[in-house]
Amino acid sequence: MNTTDNSFIFYSRLHLIELTGIKASNLSELLEHLRTVPGSCIYHHTHHFIQRHQYLSPEPANDFAYWASESLGDKQLGEELASMDPIAYPTIRLIREAVIEIIEKALASRERLKKLTVPENEEFTFLKSTSFIFPTQYVAHNLKEFIEGLSNVSISSIYYHMFEARLRLERLTNDFSNWLASSLNEKQLALKIARLDPYTHTAEGLRAAILKILEQKQ
Amino acid sequence: MINDYESIIGKGLIDELWLLAEHLKGKSVQNINSTAVGGGVAEILNRMIPLLRELGIDAKWDVIKGGEQFFNVTKKIHNALHGAPEEISSDMWDVFWTTGEQNSKEIPCTADIVFIHDPQPIALINQKDVKNNKWIWRCHVDVSHAQAIVWEALRGHIIRYDATVFSAPSFSKPLPIKQFLIQPSIDPLSDKNKELSRDVIEEVLVLYGIKNDKPIITQVSRFDSLKDPLGVIEAYKRVKRYVDCQLILAGGTASDDPESANVLQKVMLRAEGDPDIHVLLLPQNDIHINAIQRASSVIMQKSLREGFGLTVTEALWKGIPVVASAVGGIPLQIKHKFHGLLCNSIGGAALALKQLLQNQEYAKKLGENGREHVRQNFLVTRHLKEYLLLFLSLYHTEDVIKL
Repeated sequence: MNTTDNSFIFYSRLHLIELTGIKASNLSELLEHLRTVPGSCIYHHTHHFIQRHQYLSPEPANDFAYWASESLGDKQLGEELASMDPIAYPTIRLIREAVIEIIEKALASRERLKKLTVPENEEFTFLKSTSFIFPTQYVAHNLKEFIEGLSNVSISSIYYHMFEARLRLERLTNDFSNWLASSLNEKQLALKIARLDPYTHTAEGLRAAILKILEQKQ
Repeated sequence: MINDYESIIGKGLIDELWLLAEHLKGKSVQNINSTAVGGGVAEILNRMIPLLRELGIDAKWDVIKGGEQFFNVTKKIHNALHGAPEEISSDMWDVFWTTGEQNSKEIPCTADIVFIHDPQPIALINQKDVKNNKWIWRCHVDVSHAQAIVWEALRGHIIRYDATVFSAPSFSKPLPIKQFLIQPSIDPLSDKNKELSRDVIEEVLVLYGIKNDKPIITQVSRFDSLKDPLGVIEAYKRVKRYVDCQLILAGGTASDDPESANVLQKVMLRAEGDPDIHVLLLPQNDIHINAIQRASSVIMQKSLREGFGLTVTEALWKGIPVVASAVGGIPLQIKHKFHGLLCNSIGGAALALKQLLQNQEYAKKLGENGREHVRQNFLVTRHLKEYLLLFLSLYHTEDVIKL
C-alpha cells in the first residue's frame, strides 16, 4: 500500500471462519439465503478457495459450484457457477448478484432443478469470514526492496494485495501494479502483474511468477 | 521453538504469528480439560501451551478432577453427543453437576480468557459472573446428531459462553452465540510425528515382536467401541484371503475412558489364534506410535463415529496411505481417491485395503498428496494462528478488524 512518502507497506489479511447456522437443502433455499446473508458470507464462499489452492488439488472454484455439482448432483449448474470469476467483480454486491443470476436463470430454464434436494447432512452451510488486516514488517522504497519483501511475506499478504485490492478499492487493479505504476513509473511491469491469473497458479507459483516478472527488469 | 517450524511452513507465516501475538501481549489464557494424557485434546494442549507462552501469552492449563462415577457419566454424555443410545439417569446428572461444582471451587477461573475443552468441565462457566472475563467453549465432538435430552441439558450452560469453537461446519448446532470453525492439528516436530530413522523403526518393531516380513495394516486408537476395532479385524480377515499381511491394533487408555478395558477384552478374544494379529496395549510412548505408523503399509481408521480423527492426520503426514471411514472430520482430511480412500462398511474397508496393498504406485501417490494436504491445512502452526485470531476476536465485534 502506498504511504505518503511513496513507500509500499506489505499488509496481510488473515481469516477466522464463523458458522452462521444458516443452511440450504435446495436451490430455492439457497437463493433466499443468498439475498440476505451478510457480505462476509459471500466473500467467504467465493474467495477462501483461492488461498486454499496451494498445491495441485481438486479444489472447487467456489463453494456454490462444488455444492451444486457434488451434493445437488447437477454438473451443469456446477460448471456454470464455477465459470464465474469472483476476482473480476469489484464489489461483493456484484458477486452476490452474479451468483443469484446464474441460479435464477438455471431454475427458469430447467424444470428438474426445482425438484432437486440434497441428502441429509449435505445441506449448504453458510460460513462467514472475520478478517484481520495488519501491516507486516516489510516496507519497500524501490524495486529491490519490493522484491525482497515479496520474497519473504506470507502468501496471505500476496493475495491481499493482488486480489482483495479490487474489493477494497472497488476498481480493477491490484496494489502491486498500482504502486509500481504510480510510484516507480513501471507501467509495463504493472500491466504484466495485473494480467496474472490466479486460477493457473498455485500459491507459491503465483509468488514465483511475480518475482520472475520483476527480476527480468532488474 | 516456533522458529523451528520455518523450514516446514515458511518464514512469512512465522512472522505473522509473532505479529498477531504482539496484540495479545500480557493476556492470560486458561485452558481447562479433563485429562492430562491420552486423546487428541491433551495432545494438542501439550504442544500448544509452550508455543503460546513463547509468543508472550500467559497460557495455563488446568485439569479437572473426578471419580470413576463422574467419568462413567462423562463417557455416556460423550457417546450421547455423538448420537449413540445412552441413558443418563437423574442420579448420573447429579454426579456430573456436583463434580462440576467441586471443580469450580478448586479451580479459580481468573484468566482474561477461559478456554474450556469439551463437556466435562462445562459447569465451570458458573464462575463467569465473578470476573468480567471472556469464556470460550471448545467442542471437539460432532454434536450434529446429539441426543436431544443430553444436548438440552448442556445447552443452558453453553449459551452463557462468549463463543464456541467446532472442528467442522457439520459438527455444530444452532446456538445464539458466536460459533467459530477451527480444525485441530498435529505437531510435525513432536515425538509422535517427527522423522525417524529406519533403525529406530526396526528397533520398535523388534520390541513388540513384529517381523517386518509382510505388509502391515495398522489402526492406532483407544480401545473404544466407536473406533470399531472388531470391524478392523473382520476387514483384515477378508483381505488376508488374498494378500498375506499382518494387522496391528495399537492403543492406549485414557484416564477419562472407563470403557476401554471391556473393548480390549473383546478384541483379544476375536484376535485369538491368528499370530499375524498384534494387539498392542501401548504405554504413553509417542516414539513407539510414530515408529509403528511409519512401519505400516496402510493405516486404517474405521471409526463408527469420530471427532476430527487426528490419527488420520498423523498417518497422512507420514505419507502412509490411509483407509478411513467417512465419518466426523475424516472427509475434511481425505478427499476420496485423492488423499486416501474412504469407506462406509467392513466390505468397503476390505476392498480399499486390497486396492492399496496390491497397487503400490497408487498407494504412494495418495500418501504424497495426503502429506501435502496436512502441511497446508492441519499443522499446529495454522491452529496456533487461528487461536490467536480467536482470542483477538473476543475484543472486537466487526467483520473486518484492523490491527
